[in-house]
Amino acid sequence: MTTTTAPPATSPAAAPVPERTPAPARGGEVRAATEGRRHTPKPSGKPDPTAHLSVEQVEALGRELDALRQEVVDSRGARDAAYIRKVITVQRSLEMGSRAVLLFSKFPPAWVLGTAGLSVAKILENMELGHNIMHGQWDWMRDPKIHSTAWEWDHASPSELWKHSHNELHHTFTNVLGRDNDLGYGIMRVDEDQEWKPAHIAQPLVNFVTACIFEYGIVAYDLDLMKHLDEGTTDDEEFRRNLRASLRKVGQQSAKDYLVHPLLSGPSFLHTLAANAVANLVRNLWTHSVIMCGHFPEGVETFATDSIEGETRGEWYLRQMIGSANIHGSKAMHVMTGNLSHQIEHHLFPDLPSNRYAEIAPRIRDICERYGLSYTTGALHEQVASAWKQVLRLSLPNGFTVRGSAAGALRRLGNRLRAPLAAVAG
Amino acid sequence: MAARLARTAVTPLLPADYLDMVAPLRAGAELRGRVLSVTAETPDAATVHIRPGRDWAGHVPGQYVRLGVDVEGVRHWRPYSLTSPPATADGSISVTVKAVPGGVVSNHLVRSLAPGTLLQLGQAAGDFVLGAHRGPVLFVTAGSGITPVMGMLRSHLHELDDVVLVHSAPTGADVVFGAELRRLHARGRLRLVERHTSRQGVLAPADLDELVPDRRERQTWACGPTAMLDAHEAHWAATTPPGRLHTERFRPAVLAAGEGGTLTFTRSGALVATDGATTVLDAGEAAGVLMPSGCRMGICFRCVAPLRSGAVRDLRNGEITTAVPEDGIRIQTCVSAAAGPCDIDL
Repeated sequence: MTTTTAPPATSPAAAPVPERTPAPARGGEVRAATEGRRHTPKPSGKPDPTAHLSVEQVEALGRELDALRQEVVDSRGARDAAYIRKVITVQRSLEMGSRAVLLFSKFPPAWVLGTAGLSVAKILENMELGHNIMHGQWDWMRDPKIHSTAWEWDHASPSELWKHSHNELHHTFTNVLGRDNDLGYGIMRVDEDQEWKPAHIAQPLVNFVTACIFEYGIVAYDLDLMKHLDEGTTDDEEFRRNLRASLRKVGQQSAKDYLVHPLLSGPSFLHTLAANAVANLVRNLWTHSVIMCGHFPEGVETFATDSIEGETRGEWYLRQMIGSANIHGSKAMHVMTGNLSHQIEHHLFPDLPSNRYAEIAPRIRDICERYGLSYTTGALHEQVASAWKQVLRLSLPNGFTVRGSAAGALRRLGNRLRAPLAAVAG
Repeated sequence: MAARLARTAVTPLLPADYLDMVAPLRAGAELRGRVLSVTAETPDAATVHIRPGRDWAGHVPGQYVRLGVDVEGVRHWRPYSLTSPPATADGSISVTVKAVPGGVVSNHLVRSLAPGTLLQLGQAAGDFVLGAHRGPVLFVTAGSGITPVMGMLRSHLHELDDVVLVHSAPTGADVVFGAELRRLHARGRLRLVERHTSRQGVLAPADLDELVPDRRERQTWACGPTAMLDAHEAHWAATTPPGRLHTERFRPAVLAAGEGGTLTFTRSGALVATDGATTVLDAGEAAGVLMPSGCRMGICFRCVAPLRSGAVRDLRNGEITTAVPEDGIRIQTCVSAAAGPCDIDL
């Protein structure tokens, strides 16, 4: 089941833990006199999950994490370089091997084998390679081919555009309401503090469709398409430039998967076309599931829009830790998620090599326990279920339950009938 | 047409990315070389034999080649003099490397380089060559400064009939190519003067006038530490008609990593004097340079820009990064401050 390590009653980290601050009044800023921590409440007025920490403790936490980061930076070396080069070699061999097998995709065993291999290769390329290399995790190697400024990924969205919306916006404003578009991708409601609108009723369906066409959803997201459509700013020069780049990329990707490789397969044209479509679908479903697990599951915290004004290094770390969720499982699962299964570690240190996240995870968990912070993790199926549960639950207004609604409807019906019944009886 | 089809079939990669997996030394590939063997010359010097890629354009004796070497996972580029003749039977080339104390790359090449390793190569370059000169020659070298001269001797000695070589090394055992040079001296092919500095002290330019009385009439090629070359250049300028001294420096003077410095933005032409606490990004923006930027806290890598030369300090951990133009070093401008004069390619 999903485990959210419960904060202990008292933190052994340092000074006596102050009483939790009472739920603050809406819109105001509470500054507890004893420890000087500030908290900007969310519309729901939920209490601050870090209220038990003093300013000193938060900064001590920051220093501890800085030291841990430096330890990893200082020990990066040949072992890490060999790891990423091996993943690159395996990915390219698997992709080319699978595509070679698909030249004969008319034969069912070749189709199954080739499609499975291509799906895995495409997932590896986006997750353990593309995402992480574009984060600059491997820039320290100074290899111009494995560099955040040079890598182009096997994806519909051009890497330049994706780096802006992902590295710059999402990783900076992680889980800040109204600033982090990853919270529901701007089309869904995944937190109680996001305002409910009637359109959210359809979000389970929207989420499923998004999962199937995820890479194109990311193109729209990176373009900020909804906003430009809403505000009628599609004539904007930058938008048009980005749109052209995106369409060019989509064209190149489609030509490869749906034209050139099917043509090379000759009589197996349609079978290879289908194989590519299925591989892309598998990758869409997989990456969508993994990414939902990063910030949507229960136990993940969100933050008020204005909460990050003047945020310190320690506070930034705090937000990343309790705003992310991990997935636990096998080594193969970790690699296939691009180590985003270590979402907490990734959000703390987005530019550390992904093969190091598993190594530091026990220490991050220990830090969370010592400072009385939640460390949300669960098996893949549990986290996916948890994220979907949130999507379903929050498609309805807060506090809305079927039983409650049925009872309400009956009560209203009763009220209506009471007078006529009384009249009849009377 | 076929090339275009191949490109479309492997997009967003290039056909070369796949070809590199099986044939990294093929014609048309980025220039690389495979290490054939490493042979010791002295306790701390070794010759690295390399099979260069098909596009290797050859070299002139005395020239150097830039090697891109991965040490502890990090790519470093260093120039080394070619010590092989231009045409060898197996088409291999060689460089001779002396391990300098604290030298990341030289120590790796001398002590840990395994045969079979792929290295990145540049084409041969440098104008420290004999050219058409075949008259009397003086070579003045110290330490690994012998390496470009050895390249010249191995190719041209049979065309020269008056060669004097004055070489400095701490002891006789430290003389790189000592046995080969002494053999040439014994056969009367050249006159070798060894200066063992741990016993005899450093060679002063004036000493040369005693050792080689006709030095002024000779064309001289000198290669060695910066201080030695500076001293010889001053001496030649004061005593000898111009154009008779040719020098080779491996690397510019060591960069002083100080607090702050002047930033030169080479493309926009802006010059900014900064203190050691102002980031390159802030300084550039304040000067109106179009700086790429992102999170401004060192995580998103949107601000990365080439540091053509100079030294910067990472404000997060105090780490110093230095660069010379060929290194291709890129820095995160949002967390880097000048630690000496810097040229930024923006």
